[in-house]
Amino acid sequence: MDITLEVNGETRHLSIDPRVTLLDALRERLGITGPKKGCDRGQCGACTVHVDGRPVLACLTLAATVREPVRTVEGLAADGRPHPVQQAFAEQDALQCGFCTSGQVMSAVAAVEQEVADVREFMSGNLCRCAAYPNIVAAVEQARSTKESADARV
Amino acid sequence: MDFLAPTSWAEALECKAAHPDAVAIAGGTDVMVELNFDHRRPPALLDLNRVPELADWALDDGRVRLGAGVPYVRVISELGHLLPGLAMAARTVGSPQIRNRGTVGGNLGAASPAGDSHPALLAAFASVEIGSVRGTREVPVAEFFTGVKRSVLEPDELISAVLVTPPSGPQQFSKIGTRNAMVIAVSAFGFALHPDTRTVGTGIGSAAPTPRPAPEAAAFLAGELEAAGLWSSRGALPATLATEFGRRVRDAAAPIDDVRGSAAYRSHALSVMARRTATWAWDAYRDENRSAA
Ligand SMILES: Cc1cc2nc3c(=O)[nH]c(=O)nc-3n(C[C@H](O)[C@H](O)[C@H](O)COP(=O)(O)OP(=O)(O)OC[C@H]3O[C@@H](n4cnc5c(N)ncnc54)[C@H](O)[C@@H]3O)c2cc1C
Ligand code: FES
Ligand code: FES
Repeated sequence: MDITLEVNGETRHLSIDPRVTLLDALRERLGITGPKKGCDRGQCGACTVHVDGRPVLACLTLAATVREPVRTVEGLAADGRPHPVQQAFAEQDALQCGFCTSGQVMSAVAAVEQEVADVREFMSGNLCRCAAYPNIVAAVEQARSTKESADARV
Repeated sequence: MDFLAPTSWAEALECKAAHPDAVAIAGGTDVMVELNFDHRRPPALLDLNRVPELADWALDDGRVRLGAGVPYVRVISELGHLLPGLAMAARTVGSPQIRNRGTVGGNLGAASPAGDSHPALLAAFASVEIGSVRGTREVPVAEFFTGVKRSVLEPDELISAVLVTPPSGPQQFSKIGTRNAMVIAVSAFGFALHPDTRTVGTGIGSAAPTPRPAPEAAAFLAGELEAAGLWSSRGALPATLATEFGRRVRDAAAPIDDVRGSAAYRSHALSVMARRTATWAWDAYRDENRSAA
């Protein structure tokens, strides 16, 4: 079947089998490999992307059901500069092997945008096999205070 | 494989009647796991995400009509006051990513004994609204489940909504799992006080082949509260009564041993959750009176 996806601001046309997940459509068909396949069953969060601004699991989302804009980790940087959350992950050393990182970053961006009260709870769907959790939480806190001071300036 | 994408409820029912073996997909958080691992290869998928009638909730004739396709995230943010027990249960489902997509309609459709909506809906005396080209029917949640992952749904039927009377008293939900997030319940319990009818609602999860209420325990507690004049006096709930209620809830369950927990552990956990949720709800009922006075 023919579908249209809007990914990171670009409109893409695809011909796919109806069973194809958003994760496979992104990785195998569009070459967007930021979202990772850790489990393909909703348990690890490595495939987290935003659909209509909300974090969802690309492995449990059928590509054919998606009509809203999709944002992946590739769509975060602006003007060649990393997103403040990406910057904070680098500065706080919030990763080791990096396999979970793109998913962690997408949840973290939503946590900062939605100003969530409980960061650990909000990030609970993203597992890190290297257990970088304390630094991930620190990175989210840093990005949040960067945003707060930026908001205060405007 | 066919992909059916109706854009109205009437069209969705026609699709289901024409393709009774089509698998409906709402949030996909259950269906996709089966598809990805080839546990299921249905001849057709029926996408319900474009059916506007399923996507909202409203107050209708004194009841909350929660569309089958409303995701948990909205139950939590919009319905904490009208469906408090269900909102509490929704907060424990999966992770934020799962709650952004997963729906109560999908939870009922999957009919797992461990579905977290079910104990809350049972305790609130909710009904499931079911439609087909043949018409609409309403089934009390207590009669909806017929076996492990089985329900009264006929092949041509779809769930349109859950219908729940707004609460006349406090509700509670409790769940035990191996960590706080991302867990399927080892066992769960929903509790509701209905002071308007002086009744008690109960719902047991993950401790029988289907979610089920504990009607004998509920009638016992409501009767004892009545006999002691506590519904009107709002006096303290005697600890012995709460403990006996917990024991009777435990006796209403039929748990099994599995990888998540032993039957004995589940029974014990249920009696503790029933005692605690009843006590919390009763304390809230007493506070309501004080803050109103
Ligand atoms: C990692 C992970 C964690 C999870 N944690 C929990 C948890 O903590 N608690 C819990 O209860 N569940 C949990 N689940 C299971 C799942 O998220 C829930 O059951 C959810 O409510 C399913 O909703 P959905 O909209 O995604 O359903 P779908 O996957 O779209 O559908 C589920 C079933 O219902 C049928 N269906 C859907 N809509 C309708 C309708 N309108 N009429 C008739 N049939 C319909 C489908 O055909 C399918 O059989 C978890 C799942 C995953 C992957
Ligand atoms: S790959 Fe999607 S949650 Fe693991
Ligand atoms: S950095 Fe290795 S899994 Fe998280």
